[in-house]
Amino acid sequence: MTVGSPARGRQQPAPAARPRARRGGQGGRGEGRFAVALLFPAAVVVFGVVLYPVVRTFVLSLHDVTSPMPGSYPFVGLQNYIRVFQDSSFYPVLGHTLYFTLVSTFAELALGIAVALLLNAPLKARWLWRSIVILPWALPTIVNGALWRWIYNGQYGALNGLLQALGISQTPHQWLGSPFLALNCVIFADVWKNTSIVVFFILAGLQTIPEDLYEAARMDGASAWGAFWRITMPLLAPSIAVVLILRTIEAFKVFDIIYVMTGGGPANGTQTIAFYTYLQAFSNQLFGYGAALAYLIVLAVFALAMVYLRILRQGQMAGVE
Amino acid sequence: MRPSRSYLIWIHIAAVLMALVVLAPFAWLLISSISPPAELLASHPHWLPHEPTLSRYRQIFTGASGGDNVAANFRQAMVNSFVVATLTTVVSLTVGSLGGYAFARLRFGFRRTSLFGFLAIYMLPPIALVIPLYLALANLNLLDTKTGLVVTYCSIVTPFCLWTMSNYYASMPRDLEEAARVDGCTRLGALVRVILPLARPGLLTTGMFGFLLAWDEFLYALLFTSTTNAKTIPVAIAEFTGKYSSDFGLIAAGGVLASLPPLLLALLFQRYIVGGLTSGAVKG
Repeated sequence: MTVGSPARGRQQPAPAARPRARRGGQGGRGEGRFAVALLFPAAVVVFGVVLYPVVRTFVLSLHDVTSPMPGSYPFVGLQNYIRVFQDSSFYPVLGHTLYFTLVSTFAELALGIAVALLLNAPLKARWLWRSIVILPWALPTIVNGALWRWIYNGQYGALNGLLQALGISQTPHQWLGSPFLALNCVIFADVWKNTSIVVFFILAGLQTIPEDLYEAARMDGASAWGAFWRITMPLLAPSIAVVLILRTIEAFKVFDIIYVMTGGGPANGTQTIAFYTYLQAFSNQLFGYGAALAYLIVLAVFALAMVYLRILRQGQMAGVE
Repeated sequence: MRPSRSYLIWIHIAAVLMALVVLAPFAWLLISSISPPAELLASHPHWLPHEPTLSRYRQIFTGASGGDNVAANFRQAMVNSFVVATLTTVVSLTVGSLGGYAFARLRFGFRRTSLFGFLAIYMLPPIALVIPLYLALANLNLLDTKTGLVVTYCSIVTPFCLWTMSNYYASMPRDLEEAARVDGCTRLGALVRVILPLARPGLLTTGMFGFLLAWDEFLYALLFTSTTNAKTIPVAIAEFTGKYSSDFGLIAAGGVLASLPPLLLALLFQRYIVGGLTSGAVKG
């Protein structure tokens, strides 16, 4: 189920599919025309909106556009892209983005696997625990950011209050007050919300592992720990790969939670690439430069997506369902 | 082999701890929304308000609209979010469930290319499109309108619906259409009369995901809307958070209301979420 893709039939010509293929060849033209008719509305809705901006952003990125007004702006070729890498303020931003992406993705994965194993264990009222775990995923991103900003509040926040009540720390901390601490606090808020979805991906993977394998391992005297590393982890590998890539892509584009929690501050310490792009284009009116940044994000995301598709395909080859 | 008693106890303790970590922030959101301002700004937080108040909810539901009334603006933003997300879902699900069928069952020349095209659009970060889209919407007088948002959102949600529905169709037995065709149905007739009714669980789940995607969207709404005419609830909350960061009570009340529809949908569709997610696993 994890890797169910409509392309499956093509890559795995099962013997049973042969006669159908021949029949498909016969009625091929009618089928093609029907397909066009079915896809036409979707194509209008999607490409009608998106095609122009995709091309236009690229054109913008090749010009020195410094205002939203139409007009003729000097063509600068790849100069905007080169400037990104010459700009010394870009590297800290790249650093924050990579740090955010790596830490949040791995934390979500590790916690996600742990919670999924727990939910797969023989708990009473399983549906209740599962319902609880799904909740953070459904919480709107902006509400999540606003809520954690309030929890971290240095004067009135619940986190300082909790630390005081537990006798851990009496001095209030300005959680969002210094750059590196703030970045980690934003990551924590992101992990709290997004681990939820990772749990459900991993749970889907866990449910495809046949119980007999564990029985057999027990017969052979394997410990629970041994069974986890020899059976669970290898068989979860495709689910883990999928989740890793999807979360990486998502984390790499992170914008909303930064906007609402820190606005990129303090001292630009939580600026990520998407946020930096937004500032360049909409605060500094550097639309050409912003467009070049945006295309660099697109390149990175597509590179990750290619890896993702390759994993999906390998999963299918291995017959992982 | 039955699990041992101590193992059972331990996993239940772990589950309770996990539930606490998950539920505590929700509880704090709810508590903040009913705590009077003085208690919110107490030097030690009041974990339970001494004098709980529903005044913020009352303000949101009954406040006079217009002008600077933030509470009434929240209400208007909720309505906008609801209208935009519903229309987006209806359009995207309609065109997506038709197109998805083509990808799942039909053989045609440009199948791989067009599927890849739709998925690529879905992966595009909004920041890559937002500059020219903004200019285009301005030219069409669609800035700060719900129509502008719906048109934009459909371009994100439709590829998602296409992909998820096509996976759903692919998981249905092929005999269904073949039987319908033998009985003299046309291809379209088989789709409309046989497949779509049977695909109802898939349609509902896909619709729910589409609704959540539209409800949660922020960047486009932030840049394309400016007044209560089209401002959605995430934008209203973010704006208010930035302006009056210490008046959290009202933000919390707005946040609770903004979270209710997605939370209810998620609970309602909980058992379908695993399947729906994994087959539509391209949210990027």
